[in-house]
Amino acid sequence: MRTTRRQFLLLTACAAVPATATAQLDSNLAANRKAAFQAALKKIIGDSPVRKERVKLVLPPLIDNGNSVPLTVSVESPMTEADHVKAIHVLTEKNPLPDVVSVTLGPRAGRATLTTRVRLADTQTVTAIAQTSDGAFWSDTAEVVVTLSACLEEGLI
Amino acid sequence: MARAVVTVPPRARRGEIVEIKTLAQHPMETGFRRTQTGELIPRDIIRTFRCSYNGTEVFRAELHPAIAANPLIAFTTVATESGTLSFEWAGDNGYTVTEIAAIKVE
Repeated sequence: MRTTRRQFLLLTACAAVPATATAQLDSNLAANRKAAFQAALKKIIGDSPVRKERVKLVLPPLIDNGNSVPLTVSVESPMTEADHVKAIHVLTEKNPLPDVVSVTLGPRAGRATLTTRVRLADTQTVTAIAQTSDGAFWSDTAEVVVTLSACLEEGLI
Repeated sequence: MARAVVTVPPRARRGEIVEIKTLAQHPMETGFRRTQTGELIPRDIIRTFRCSYNGTEVFRAELHPAIAANPLIAFTTVATESGTLSFEWAGDNGYTVTEIAAIKVE
């Protein structure tokens, strides 16, 4: 049976619809996550300026498995009663939720450091923000390449 | 059975900065995963972690689903006086675990 012009057009139109639908979904998802990240950032810093100094965020640059990624944040600070780090926040851009961890500390900590293990859903930029006792915000970012996402194991249970 | 492990140096000099490592046994279920039949697995995570030195809070962390299973939290504190460090994890579904470690300051 020969395909008529009308049938051919119908077929191509049907094939094209799901492709555009997924493309839209992906861009929506990316936009939503970006908006969520901005909202989370705003919730922490408000309208204050953030300087890219003093904070050091250490993550491996290439990760095989995003399920458990060692992360260390250290902030340069004398940690005295007058000048210390009050809080450290870690945010991600492309995880389903932007928040990772929020830490409250004080002069009793001695050093402003935090080590933990996190989940990363995608190749992305991780941001660490520190707030000092004078209310100023400091930050650092790290680019991470993830080869196996933390969210790919779903459906295996 | 929920368990937790803490590593605190048993003795320290006064004013020394000691490193504390804590590990809690917990799946940290994100609430985003599905079973094979498509049902969403409900979220079950540790929400907060607190460390008190002789009753004074010295460190607190708020955890989110992006923390890996069996959360490791390592931080530092100044050894001020002999006494106990108490650690408390609290989370969804009434999860609470407390752990105590003694420290001797010379």
